[in-house]
Amino acid sequence: MASQSWTHATLALQLLTVDPGLGGICIRARSGPVRDRLTAMIAANARRLHPAISDEALFGGLDLSATLASGHLVQQNGLLATPGPLVLAMAERATTALAARLAVALDRNDDHCLIALDEGAEPDEVLNPKLAERLAFHVDLSECRLNDAGDAVPVTRTKVALRDVTMPTDIIAQVTRIAVDLGIDSMRAPLFAMRAARAHAALAGNTKVTQDDLEIACALTLAHRATRIPEPETEEEPPAPPPEQNDENKGEDTLDLPDELLLEAVRALLPDNLLEQITARKARAGRGNGTGAARKGNRRGRPLPSRAGRISDGARIDIIGTLRAAAPWQTIRRNASGREGLQIRPADIRIKRFEEKSDRLLIFTVDASGSAALSRLAEAKGAVELLLAQAYARRDHVALVAFRGTEAELLLPPTRSLVQTKRRLAALPGGGGTPLAAGMVTAFDQATQASRRGLTPTIAILTDGRANIALDGRADRKQAATDAQQIARVLRASNVDAIVIDTGNRPEPALRNLAQTLDAAYLPLPRADAERLSKSVAAALAD
Amino acid sequence: MQPFPFSAIVGQDEMKQAMILTAIDASIGGVLVFGDRGTGKSTAVRALAALLPPIKAIKGCPINGEKAKDVPDWAGLTSKRSHETPTPVVDLPLGATEDRVTGALDIEKALTKGEKAFQPGLLARANRGYLYIDEVNLLEDHIVDLLLDVAQSGENVVEREGLSIRHAARFVLVGSGNPEEGELRPQLLDRFGLSVEVASPKEVETRVEVIKRRDAFENDNAAFMLRWQAEDAAIRDKILTARKSLAKLKTSDKTLTDVAELCLALGSDGLRGELTLLKAARAYAAWRDDTALTRAHLRAVAPMALRHRLRRDPLDEAGSGTRVTRTVEEVLG
Repeated sequence: MASQSWTHATLALQLLTVDPGLGGICIRARSGPVRDRLTAMIAANARRLHPAISDEALFGGLDLSATLASGHLVQQNGLLATPGPLVLAMAERATTALAARLAVALDRNDDHCLIALDEGAEPDEVLNPKLAERLAFHVDLSECRLNDAGDAVPVTRTKVALRDVTMPTDIIAQVTRIAVDLGIDSMRAPLFAMRAARAHAALAGNTKVTQDDLEIACALTLAHRATRIPEPETEEEPPAPPPEQNDENKGEDTLDLPDELLLEAVRALLPDNLLEQITARKARAGRGNGTGAARKGNRRGRPLPSRAGRISDGARIDIIGTLRAAAPWQTIRRNASGREGLQIRPADIRIKRFEEKSDRLLIFTVDASGSAALSRLAEAKGAVELLLAQAYARRDHVALVAFRGTEAELLLPPTRSLVQTKRRLAALPGGGGTPLAAGMVTAFDQATQASRRGLTPTIAILTDGRANIALDGRADRKQAATDAQQIARVLRASNVDAIVIDTGNRPEPALRNLAQTLDAAYLPLPRADAERLSKSVAAALAD
Repeated sequence: MQPFPFSAIVGQDEMKQAMILTAIDASIGGVLVFGDRGTGKSTAVRALAALLPPIKAIKGCPINGEKAKDVPDWAGLTSKRSHETPTPVVDLPLGATEDRVTGALDIEKALTKGEKAFQPGLLARANRGYLYIDEVNLLEDHIVDLLLDVAQSGENVVEREGLSIRHAARFVLVGSGNPEEGELRPQLLDRFGLSVEVASPKEVETRVEVIKRRDAFENDNAAFMLRWQAEDAAIRDKILTARKSLAKLKTSDKTLTDVAELCLALGSDGLRGELTLLKAARAYAAWRDDTALTRAHLRAVAPMALRHRLRRDPLDEAGSGTRVTRTVEEVLG
């Protein structure tokens, strides 16, 4: 007896063959006999993609060897140029950029569908949400053993053309309502559900969508998108107003199907750990990577010797290097081909290379409030100085933010000048409240500016954690803590590395929480001297 | 297949309004549409293309020149007859290389004839039309730099491979994206005249209507297109009328003061905020068939003209649109 997930997977693949407009399917399973049996069903004209595929392979471009050999411009077609299913292996590793390109291709062309093979092991290793959104189906075969897997179902042509399948008119409202009940925001989900229902009817050879079609379609397309579990109705809902019978055809064409029945079909498929998955999804959204962080190896930076390579997107040819590589062969090639003039082969092409390292920026956010001044300000200063020396050795940039009284101040914009930093630090006075949130905001501003310039910022917060000044400058301990937590969430969402150093006499639980929110290392350093502090920080930063 | 009709898009009024305003006055400078997945961003942009009235251009001109003198020498055109052509809407795909965007040496001519010829790129084709970038926040940095320069000067300058070419490249930049996947640099943000945020409709009835229309579009295409043809045409005519009446529109000094005060209160950088707000308000007044600019017009367009020009406040979860509306209420009363 085949397991349910297997039956669904084969059914989804069949529906995809009937209607490629369904976008595709994401199959979550490790590579193995089960998956092999399933992928055997995929049409033979499917093309395989991999996560590191280049734009040239996708969209086409210059066919260099053919161009050089013939002397004419020869373009080669990309994988997206011809219709047919695309199989993306290791789909969970697809970058946002690749996902965006594939998404555009799926949006534009009705003949493409994508079969994403997701091999993720951890819950947060999943297909990019942008792509998952555009695929109608999602099946999880990771729990499916070979004994549970049934036979591959041969894909047959349907007897009924898709456009001949009629759909009762009241279904649209019903499917939309169910999507809302399941907390699905996107408008694509109900559309997919209806398309799948149509395809299912055509597959069965019917010209009319029936209750069975709709049930299985909703289960297949909606269950994995659900963001909340609909409450089982305890009270009987008031009976829906009788459908208007002013149109005779309309009355004939309705399908009397209660909402609960459809919802039940979907609910049966909801994963047990839905809530955990939702949290994982949220966390991932916050950890998205923006543009600008990627380092290009062949555009700028310190030049490296050029080397043989293929012309791909963005690569620059080292013309001198190429000519030099081709020069010794000219006589032989001329004799062999009988052609006059310079003869360059693809193997001669040399690509320019540059090395660029992203500089690190350490933003020290130092608590100079009264409480800190009493106990540890001097030690904190000493530690920062030691860290500065290390930063200088590594050629890191350093910025210094201090917070005291009611506001934070940027004492030193990002610099490499050790002397200046030391001087500013020494002159740092202490006293006043602890506006932790304000300090973090200033540091965050510096961090975003720095990452835009291509630096990799790390924020080091040194405080005793007794935040007592809120962001608006009022002395309100509770509000101050809330503000700090909120900023921490923003910082984390923007992917800024951080490290929290507790300089209080006793470890402060609030600071540990803050570090957790920040996803940062937390170093409680009661009675630590500058030397130890500096060592711990260096160790925490070195990873 | 024809794109989804513009008038058949349910709701999303702000987005539709912003696109119509740029169609009335191209100098407003483009629309940025930010929103969740599946909210109809791409649909609206492609629909706009079909809606726009055709332009007069010289046949075969690579930059869609209107008069014979606009045709560049390197195009090598012999006959300079003019014809009507649809407003160009050019897609800038994420994978586009620099060469394809700006244009570069024509490799075929160089290899076969040994000629140094220029092959125009996407920027040339987008001249006098729209340049649409889906997922604009994921665009490679060096392409963004290039676009900034051209969008600012209205001219594309190519200095590479021994070529020295400059041609007009005045286009309306339309970008869409999902802010969760990456921020847009403030420099590029500023180049977009208007910015709108879209979300899925919350009412079940609206959602049902969206699905119904989409379903009809996919399964009963011919009848559906016929049904909406007239309404698309009505919008097109209204845009053409508004373009004409724009010149006759009066702007009082008082309105100018209002505009300046509003931008000061919001602390938007530079003067581009004021200029765009004024232009958008004028286009909006023309669209409404009003003869003079009033505070009501300013109020209506201020959020879309200004929300992306504010300094980002990391704590403001309500979004900058709300901030603009609040300040508009304070300043204009």
